[in-house]
Amino acid sequence: MTSTTAPPRAAVRMSGAQALVEGLLHEGVEFVFGYPGGVLLPLYDVLYAAPIRHILVRHEQGAAHAADGYARATGKVGVCIATSGPGATNLVTGIATAYMDSIPLVAITGQVTTGAIGKDSFQEADITGITLPITKHNYLVKDPAEIPHVVQEAFYIARTGRPGPVLIDFPKDMATATIEVDWEDVQIRLRGYRPTVKGNTKMIRRALEEILRAQRPVLYVGGGIIRANAAPELTYLARALGIPVTATLMGKGAFPETDALYLGVPGMHGTAYANYALDAADLIICIGARFDDRVTGDVSRFAPNARIVHVDVDPAEVGKVMHADVPVVGDAKHVLVELLAELAESGERARDLAAWHAQIAGWKAAHPLKWSTDSRSACASQCGRAERPARCGATACTGGKGTLKPPAIISAIWTATGGKAIVATDVGQHQMWAMQYYLVDDPHHFVSSSGLGTMGFGLPAAIGAQFGNPEHEVWCITGDGSIQMNIQELATAVIHRLPIKIALMDNGFLGMVRQWQKMFYDMRYSQVGLNVGTPDFVKLAEAYGAVGLRVLDDAEVPAAIAEARRVTDRPVLIDFVCEMEDDVLPMIPAGQSVADMILE
Amino acid sequence: MVTELLETPMKHTISVLVENRPGVLARTAGLFSRRGFNIDSLTVSTTEDPHTSRMTIVVDGPAAILEQIGKQLYKLVDVIKVMDHTEDHIVSRELALVKVHAADSVKRAELMQIVDIFRAKIVDLGDKTIIIEATGASDKIDALERLLEGYGIKEMVRSGRVVLVRGSRTT
Ligand SMILES: Cc1ncc(C[n+]2csc(CCOP(=O)(O)OP(=O)(O)O)c2C)c(N)n1
Ligand SMILES: [Mg+2]
Repeated sequence: MTSTTAPPRAAVRMSGAQALVEGLLHEGVEFVFGYPGGVLLPLYDVLYAAPIRHILVRHEQGAAHAADGYARATGKVGVCIATSGPGATNLVTGIATAYMDSIPLVAITGQVTTGAIGKDSFQEADITGITLPITKHNYLVKDPAEIPHVVQEAFYIARTGRPGPVLIDFPKDMATATIEVDWEDVQIRLRGYRPTVKGNTKMIRRALEEILRAQRPVLYVGGGIIRANAAPELTYLARALGIPVTATLMGKGAFPETDALYLGVPGMHGTAYANYALDAADLIICIGARFDDRVTGDVSRFAPNARIVHVDVDPAEVGKVMHADVPVVGDAKHVLVELLAELAESGERARDLAAWHAQIAGWKAAHPLKWSTDSRSACASQCGRAERPARCGATACTGGKGTLKPPAIISAIWTATGGKAIVATDVGQHQMWAMQYYLVDDPHHFVSSSGLGTMGFGLPAAIGAQFGNPEHEVWCITGDGSIQMNIQELATAVIHRLPIKIALMDNGFLGMVRQWQKMFYDMRYSQVGLNVGTPDFVKLAEAYGAVGLRVLDDAEVPAAIAEARRVTDRPVLIDFVCEMEDDVLPMIPAGQSVADMILE
Repeated sequence: MVTELLETPMKHTISVLVENRPGVLARTAGLFSRRGFNIDSLTVSTTEDPHTSRMTIVVDGPAAILEQIGKQLYKLVDVIKVMDHTEDHIVSRELALVKVHAADSVKRAELMQIVDIFRAKIVDLGDKTIIIEATGASDKIDALERLLEGYGIKEMVRSGRVVLVRGSRTT
């Protein structure tokens, strides 16, 4: 097309570092979480004056998790930056965490100058090689003219299709090179990347037929619903047809957890009734979930009577673990919108599912979630040695710790916050109890490392979530093991006056590992005791400039929660001193099935 | 019975068209090892288009695994197209260079005959050894190799398989 009136193209000369930052601005980036270093000096010089908020973390792992938490709690792409070598390798756990949970992330790493690559230069690490299996894609920039394209492509890849982390490795000489950039000219050139968005109409019709025919259907949904912003459509479908819903740890908030149709989370520490329902179902409609082994246990015995409709944006997930009778590849929202349109058009009504609902109600009544209330008296010797129970044979020993019950605490937080807080968790027993007892009704409200199970995720993820939702109440539910893996980020939270509430389930143990040692290794508590050498968490919080509270008594729990909620200008850490040897139940041991579920 | 067939491992030849970019071989080969797929042979070359490379990969495994391989390959941003040639009419070739002991003139004459029959070539003639070059489908090269073993193979190298679909269809 030729036009004499078109304005002349505006190619602007700038440095590679400037082009990178302008690229971020073009993508609408508000926050980057990072940590500088030698090869990043040119980039940080641009950031000095750029209209982008750079949050200086205290460890690069914190940057990756904060960017991840920001992405999970906002639906936007999170961005983290680290220098070459050790800075880049410190991101690895965070990138892998995001990869396993399909979280859109762009990680930018400094790299030594292109001429020095491959020579074992100072602070050189082959980060594109290292992150090959844990990124959706990665780039090593070798031509400065590529920078604008690479940035745009990285964001596009990170957020479309099945989202995931993309890494851009950015050598120092690329940052200092001068290039001409015309943003109008910047294009995405990805012949090999065309995610399927729209589902196949024939398959969607077949899915609907299956749904309308089923007598015992279950909607089994995961993080794919949340990433696709399909929670309203899912909720509409479930309610319109009265189909019970079970949502994975990643799917919490995809469907209102307080709804009568909700079954809770399935799998290893899921509700008994979710597992019974899956076991008895004649149709499983899986949307944006992936039949993870923590959900299925022994696949050959999972949902033996069910036909399977599997909707996923990633074709490789469909049929990967379970054969799909009706495979639908597409974005969850697009597929659900089309399915609902077909449903409306067909004028069909669902079968009467009263018998199925009654069966489920029976299971709910017979096997509700509950926690043990027996309080164990503290051992008179108060020796505090975690190994002691196995040695002295007194299995009921509390090791001189507390008497609080994490499920009761989490329920109290839920009550106080009306279930409206954004909750970030760490990994362990407290995570499973948060999953069971902090019910969320909205997407983007539950932030938890599910696929990788990364201890140390909770606090930095809560920080990212709070930056992304400055007006929202954010809680971090953590353990005495996990919090010590990224405790340094308390500084980040204090500096930025983030009013995050940290609920520490302080049980003196790497509790989840201890539980397995108790159940499967004859109570031989090997290297799981934390009482010796654990810092005074209240003093530690105070040392960072946060508020520290300690709760020993059941009766003080609500008041402490209320006190923490009144603090608006800094983080609060509540050290809930808990029973040492509580177990998370129900439990289907790894690789087993619903018949092996331990209820008491 | 049907499931048995499905579960029977068999060799598949797949063509993978990829962006001609650095790292693409590592991405592809890494995917195979990471997901526990076995590669029999892998050949990479440029194509008629300088921006595109073709990988011809021979893999061993049941149909279900092969389907996963295809889907996982497609997830790589640099992969443009994946074709399984199991059902296709293809021209399939491998190249072998075989260095055989041939000091004895009687044996040498016999070897020349074998070379003739297999439409192979002698590409190096030394005092004590000759090098035979052969191209063909795998079974032909296998047969040649077995015959030559009787004469004493000093060393041998075989390429991976390359294939093109017959007729006007593209590979
Ligand atoms: C980085 C990392 N290392 C080790 C583990 C293995 N692991 C899973 S749960 C757990 C114990 C967690 O202890 P704590 O944070 O105190 O939580 P609790 O189970 O006591 O509630 C461990 C060690 C892990 N998930 N992540
Ligand atoms: Mg603990």
